[in-house]
Amino acid sequence: MTTKYTPDHEWINIEDHEAAVVGITHHAQDALGDVVFVDLPEVGKTFAKGEIAGVVESVKAAADLFMPVNGEVVEVNEALRAEPALANTDPLGNGWFFKVRVSNMADFDELMDPPAYDALLKTL
Amino acid sequence: MVPFGGYDMPVQYAGGIMAEHKHTRTAAGLFDVSHMGQVVLQGADAAAALETLMPVDVIDLPMLKQRYGLFTNANGGLLDDLMITRRPDDIFVIVNAGCKVQDIAHMQAQIGTRCEVIPQPERALLALQGPQAVIALSRLNPEVAKLTFMTGGFFSLDGIETFLTRSGYTGEDGFEISVANAEAVALARKLLAQPEVKPIGLGARDTLRLEAGLCLYGHDINTETTPIEASITWAIQKVRRAGGARAGGYPGAAVIDKQLLEGATRKRVGLISTERVPVREGAKIVDADGKELGIVTSGSLGPTVNQPVALAYLATSHTAVGAQVFALVRDKRVAMTVTTTPFTPHRYYRG
Repeated sequence: MTTKYTPDHEWINIEDHEAAVVGITHHAQDALGDVVFVDLPEVGKTFAKGEIAGVVESVKAAADLFMPVNGEVVEVNEALRAEPALANTDPLGNGWFFKVRVSNMADFDELMDPPAYDALLKTL
Repeated sequence: MVPFGGYDMPVQYAGGIMAEHKHTRTAAGLFDVSHMGQVVLQGADAAAALETLMPVDVIDLPMLKQRYGLFTNANGGLLDDLMITRRPDDIFVIVNAGCKVQDIAHMQAQIGTRCEVIPQPERALLALQGPQAVIALSRLNPEVAKLTFMTGGFFSLDGIETFLTRSGYTGEDGFEISVANAEAVALARKLLAQPEVKPIGLGARDTLRLEAGLCLYGHDINTETTPIEASITWAIQKVRRAGGARAGGYPGAAVIDKQLLEGATRKRVGLISTERVPVREGAKIVDADGKELGIVTSGSLGPTVNQPVALAYLATSHTAVGAQVFALVRDKRVAMTVTTTPFTPHRYYRG
């Protein structure tokens, strides 16, 4: 199991824990609608789990992007900055937001696995 | 669905706000705006009576012509904005959903003895907007194509009786159609069956009117803003201004006439940015030194303009077209330029 989910509808893929990939889920992009702007964190900056690391804005709303684990940002998706609609068209792929070096694997273990996230979606 | 003016309204349909916005600008969009208040004023004195509530020429409004109106308070602030149409047997008024209860009470209290104020909750309102609206609607009755902007008439649309005007809230050509509730769904289905027409939600209605530079009551105008501050002095005809034949005689006339003469200390303007970050309602506007100049009252990325656009109240010193200001978004400065509105040209059909 390399992908987990947060209650804020973000996903994190930890295939490479030196550069775990973070994005928003299908549900999040669908709720936001047309994404027109993303504010991405600075590379090299360290965040605590739950801290606001960026912002994603659609025509109708602005939503905070939370850091899913404690860690340091090692890369941001410049393609997404140039074409924010990637967050709608390919949220789990080319629409990723940033990569993070995970400082504590226990943070990852605490997140929801796919069945748990699916169960959360069913309650909405 | 979201709560709006006491109704559950769709923000968007399947296509999303951006697609709905662009569809309305290129083809035709159908909006259910039945939440708005429809009221008729009956009696020989109705036009003169309505004039006592606003700085607007109602008496000289020609038959089947429509005009923008403003209810004012004693301070010259705006209680609501509305559309007024003179019809053979009455004055037909459309007011905002969120204001309709108080508007009706206001009219009944102030002019209820001079004319009959009759709310029409039994009628729905559909807006068909966009450059192809006339093509679609003409299939139901070709006569509608003869109307020009801000005129109206009674039309049977494929057997359904309506009163409609060539007007709207998008900056595009289009129609607003008043129809009995009982026949509204059937009419909506007939319109949606036209190949040009798609349903459009509240989200695109807001971005369309914003690009068209049109005020949203409760946001861009309210009881604290005068028509001069709101930059809608064009709605005040000469005949109602100081020196005119029917000057004054409405709430707040002294304040409004003084401001018409001397100007106001703040004014509503359009702002456009070359950056990408949307500047939204509530964002503060500052000058290069960080001195506060005013506040954004509506703002979004304009889907047609493809740039962030906003309406804002600014200190009059910084309202000249081309003035450079900064919006504060999450404590960061976003450069913006004062610009003329509409942001997208109006494309009304004037004949």
